Amino acid sequence: MMNNLNAVSPRIRAADLRKAYGTLQALDALSLTVYEGEAYGLVGPDGAGKSTALRLLAGVLAPDGGEISLMGHDLRQNPVQARAQLGYLSQQFSLYGDLTVAENLQFFGEVRDMSPQRRAERADQLLNFVGLTGVEDRLAGRLSGGMKQKLSLACALIHEPPILLLDEPTGGVDPVARQDFWQLIIRLLSEGLAVVVSTPYMDEAVRCQRVGFLYQGRLLTEGTPQQLIAQFNGSVLELTATPLKRARQVVMTLPGVVDALTFGESLHLFVHDVEETMKQLPPVLAEAGIVLSSLRPIPPTLEDLFISLLDRHNVMSSEVRP
Amino acid sequence: MKHRLWSLIRKEFIQIVRDPRTLALTFVMPIMQLLLLGFAATNDVKNVSLAVWDQDQSVASRELLDAYRNANYFRLDQYVDSEATLQQAIDSGAARAAIIIPPDYGTSLARNQSAQVAFIIDGSDPTVAGTALSAATLIGQAYGTTLRSQRLTAASAVNPLQPPVEVRTQVWYNPNLESAYYMIPALIGLIIQMLTTILTATSLVRERERGTMEQLIVTPIRPWELVVGKLAPYVVISFLLTVEVLVAGVSIFGVPIVGSVPLLLLLVGLFLISTLGIGLFISTIANTQQEAMLSAFFLMLPSIFLSGFFFPIAAMPTALQWISYLVPLRYFLIIVRGIVLKGVGIHALWSEVLALTLFAIVIMGFAALRLRKRLD
Repeated sequence: MMNNLNAVSPRIRAADLRKAYGTLQALDALSLTVYEGEAYGLVGPDGAGKSTALRLLAGVLAPDGGEISLMGHDLRQNPVQARAQLGYLSQQFSLYGDLTVAENLQFFGEVRDMSPQRRAERADQLLNFVGLTGVEDRLAGRLSGGMKQKLSLACALIHEPPILLLDEPTGGVDPVARQDFWQLIIRLLSEGLAVVVSTPYMDEAVRCQRVGFLYQGRLLTEGTPQQLIAQFNGSVLELTATPLKRARQVVMTLPGVVDALTFGESLHLFVHDVEETMKQLPPVLAEAGIVLSSLRPIPPTLEDLFISLLDRHNVMSSEVRP
Repeated sequence: MKHRLWSLIRKEFIQIVRDPRTLALTFVMPIMQLLLLGFAATNDVKNVSLAVWDQDQSVASRELLDAYRNANYFRLDQYVDSEATLQQAIDSGAARAAIIIPPDYGTSLARNQSAQVAFIIDGSDPTVAGTALSAATLIGQAYGTTLRSQRLTAASAVNPLQPPVEVRTQVWYNPNLESAYYMIPALIGLIIQMLTTILTATSLVRERERGTMEQLIVTPIRPWELVVGKLAPYVVISFLLTVEVLVAGVSIFGVPIVGSVPLLLLLVGLFLISTLGIGLFISTIANTQQEAMLSAFFLMLPSIFLSGFFFPIAAMPTALQWISYLVPLRYFLIIVRGIVLKGVGIHALWSEVLALTLFAIVIMGFAALRLRKRLD
């Protein structure tokens, strides 16, 4: 890829990462590079290998093969220097619930070899940044889900790492807290941090500069959200009708419709030819006694792309099988 | 590096203090076990209820009964007058033994004939029965010897006859044969092993269960710092427990501490390396705190039974005696009983010290290797 970003050396460079648990290939030949001020979103269904990828990058799990370099430090050869470059937020709340907010920050600062003065300054700054000033003396286990995530973020950032790894950071957090949390990430990006974030939410993925779609341990596609959406071949029609369930069964019988996904009160139809389908559909629905409320072409979303990729992938792998 | 270790230790202490219930249990448990072992689990057999069926009711029969009464082993509190009532006294458990004196006992003795007495013992509790049996036999023999020398003296009309051989027994170290003295020092070993293995194993597994282990791995903390930081608080607690048991043993049961307390504490430290190593090893195998707890208990029972805590090792089958060499508590019990009860120094204990050292090195090395693997 000829890209002017290549002039800058990447903060994270991972090549050909592989990890198997027994016979299950959790991660297969994953390569990725992340630059300063960039958020890389790893999306994919549960069990796609997102957590495994992040745990390999954090160095808490040893890969079966491949190389990882963080700020130019090879994770295998210089684990201590390499790990010092990163803050890592695991999926599970992993601070000490029986220590207070301040004690957690102090502990993680101390074991990161920070001087007492710098640690105290940084702790104040971070408490202010994540909005936990005033609850320093509360036990971490007593915080709400959103506050726990913010404290985890503060602890991961205590030593001012240039790289931040976030494993589904907003899982189990209410929508308002999710928004708050992303505002913090965006501010960190503007300060130049390189972030890798795994998420099952597409609205979070589109906030990333680059997105990789992981499925069954493989990176199916990668690029900016715009590039990815441009990859979508075909078009999307939004259909509203009653009853919706019956409408889906009917439209799936049309040759021009690849797939139909339910989005709340409407269906997204993946079609080869918009005009053709828009002409064919109304009489077919009317014949089946379905009331059509609206039918219009819409721009495809990331989610549309990933579903269509999954469809194509599954068709291909079922064809490969004997 | 010094700061990291210190932070780990401080964090561990804060967490221990923030869990006051576990902390209280840790320090109450030894006192409870001490009281139970000191008072309830005594092997001393005294005041065995003895049913008496005296069919003779003569001066001679009463003299014989007095001999039994005076020995303190038996409580002559049930007098029966038929075989049926005697049977019932033993069946109901009201009496653990019975003595039957035949009607011609006094007359036989008066005629210088041999008189026979029947002694019945309830064998369902072997400990009581064994002691009662030997006590009954010894008291009877002693009384018989007295009678014989009285007769001979009367016949020869010379000075009281002396027996040709007289065995003068002398019990060293624990002259009153108090089992509390024997059990209480040993309790130090039992408590240390129980608490250190369970607490260290669960506290390390908890870090993994709660995901904090991953956070520690991404820090510059070295594996050895993690281990030392985790174990140090339990070393401190173990020494406090040792002192607690010693003080309670002396003040409640009057256990005499004959030997050197500093030497004892030093060797407690050696024993601790073994038990902490076992806890560490368990933590590398167990995935949950529950698994860790059960594994610690799994190792606890053989330690209790094969260490000579309750039962003497010398009385065990040879195969079990060999296995007992793998139990570190075995060596520590010899050490602690030797120092506390006999006042022996290191020169009498060097083989045990050597064995413990060897065990400590092997288990710690093994645990460290496994831990390294798990931490990557």
